[in-house]
Amino acid sequence: MKNLFRYILTRTLMTIPMVLILLTIIFVVLRLMPGDPVSAMLGGHAPEKVIEQKREQLGLNRPMHVQYADYIWKVCHMDLGESMVLQQEVTVAIAEKLPATIELTAFGMLITLVIGVLLGAYAADKRRTIRDSAIRLYGIVVYCIPVYWLGLMLQLVFGIWLDWLPIAGRTGPRIFASDFQNTGFYLVDTLLVRDWEAFRDVLIHLVLPSFTLGLTLSGIFVRLTRANMLDVLKADYILAAESRGIPHGRIVYRHALMNAFIPILTMMGLQVALLMAGAILTETTFSWPGMGRLLLERIYLRDYPTIQGVIIVFALMVAFISLLVDIIYAIVDPRIRY
Amino acid sequence: MDHTETLLDIQDLRVEFPISIGTVRAVQGVSLTLKRGEVMGLVGESGCGKSTLGFSLLRLLRPPGRIASGRILYHGRDIVAMEEKELLAVRGTGIAMIFQDPLTSLNPLMSISEHFVETLRTHEKGISRHDALERAGGMLESLGIGTNRLHEYPHQMSGGMRQRIMIGLALIMKPDLLVADEPTTALDVIVEAQFLDLLQTLRESLNLAIILITHNLGNVAQLSDRITVMYGGTIAEVAPAQALFDEPLHPYTQGLLASIPNIRLEQPRLHTMPGSTPDLVDPPSGCIFHPRCGRAMDICSRQRPPAFLRNGHEVSCWLYGDAP
Repeated sequence: MKNLFRYILTRTLMTIPMVLILLTIIFVVLRLMPGDPVSAMLGGHAPEKVIEQKREQLGLNRPMHVQYADYIWKVCHMDLGESMVLQQEVTVAIAEKLPATIELTAFGMLITLVIGVLLGAYAADKRRTIRDSAIRLYGIVVYCIPVYWLGLMLQLVFGIWLDWLPIAGRTGPRIFASDFQNTGFYLVDTLLVRDWEAFRDVLIHLVLPSFTLGLTLSGIFVRLTRANMLDVLKADYILAAESRGIPHGRIVYRHALMNAFIPILTMMGLQVALLMAGAILTETTFSWPGMGRLLLERIYLRDYPTIQGVIIVFALMVAFISLLVDIIYAIVDPRIRY
Repeated sequence: MDHTETLLDIQDLRVEFPISIGTVRAVQGVSLTLKRGEVMGLVGESGCGKSTLGFSLLRLLRPPGRIASGRILYHGRDIVAMEEKELLAVRGTGIAMIFQDPLTSLNPLMSISEHFVETLRTHEKGISRHDALERAGGMLESLGIGTNRLHEYPHQMSGGMRQRIMIGLALIMKPDLLVADEPTTALDVIVEAQFLDLLQTLRESLNLAIILITHNLGNVAQLSDRITVMYGGTIAEVAPAQALFDEPLHPYTQGLLASIPNIRLEQPRLHTMPGSTPDLVDPPSGCIFHPRCGRAMDICSRQRPPAFLRNGHEVSCWLYGDAP
């Protein structure tokens, strides 16, 4: 147990250089990109003098290494600075958008895992049947489909043709903002005030975006789970369990799946980055007011501090989840000790 | 034979593995009976079908392997024709099986206690967790493993210990037949001897019938009442253990016994049998052993010999009888 804490501590400390390196790259790349916040704000026709004045005001006229040192100094003091285009603290902007993204990615991951892992396990159990082939085909097709295209198609079918589900935003127009002042996680907020109508509304708004995100990533989990399950089902302990009269379903979905799940966990840790990338596209497709859309909007505006801040948060989320995955490892597999 | 005494009656069992180049006839018409409490040694070289026979007793053949025909009567009920539910009950409570490699026969993610609790709860609906653990603890103790090890995981135990746990798991529901598929192959000599002692003790205390599948004739000699020698998916000879060693009748049995190294005899070279194991996709005609047999006659290549009775042996060889 003591070792586990030491491990967590080391891993946490290791994210510091990681974030620093990432931040440096983003910092430089942003400033190498054509355009800057001033020209984005004022357009190309503003007088020289106004532009100069604005640049000075934002500190953009200083040498780049001075800007860099200044920024890093602030970040070390937990200060992400102020937006260059709005009168808004970057942390405030992020705090406002982060819950939306977490809600979306959490449900997306859940759908990926449930659909991908269960379909994969089922296919392995029914290997070399028509159902197995159908599931494998699903895995490949879904893996190849671009997120936004799938999003558009789901919108078209379930939002427009069938008119079952909303296609944009986190809530409908009837819901009052007063419901959402606690955590920013709308599902939690509406539960806290016991506004069931609003809860339902939030939930159905989550369906299409999270399925879009979840289905696209489920393909790779279908294939991975199936491959691992096929290996595990050949193991001696599976045969031994069968010889003890343990029912087939329990052998497949408990004994085998439990063992096949360990490499899947690894994959989950690796897929988190992809999940975040997918979230940016999904949020754009569904006008989902989260970090992804914030990032995209601020890239157009060349809002350096906000972009940097969002990237830091994304990096921390990826680092945190892969740490979480490592801890789950130790819980699932008694052979792993840190 | 007194019917109530018969535990297992295998009748003309055929097992096939359809593969791309044809069908492997792994077991080709085996008939065998086993009495309550009897220990039967099943010997033969690799690929002779002894393990396949063992696995088919519980219908544990891996696809594409399948029982093509024949009956396996266990207490008079045919295992081959059984419904899934009845089969699962037999697997847990009637016939138990232990396997070659104890190191890989336990689920690495489950503690020893979870293995026991799962097995007990599968077959005794409504048994409390506490009672199940108590029974498991008792079983471990009788196998010489401290109950404090109950909550450990397989990787924390030695090979010999794991094999004893496998035995414990197999016997926790008090089956009356244990199929042991080369149970000591993966163990070192000392642990092997201890393990065979354990089997002997269990057999006496539980009146357990055992089918001991092995290629080690020493093991079977020590433990078995009768020995069945298999060759190429068929039975060559069945005889009481002592009789088989004293007076092997089938030329294959003779060859098998002659190839056991004996430190007291001064042999310049170990005896080996000419030829190699038969092709089971396209087996030889007549007696499967005839291409390798030094005493083959005309009839051997034409007709499969039935089992002839001679001095308490059942021997499938034309040397001991004529075509009917």
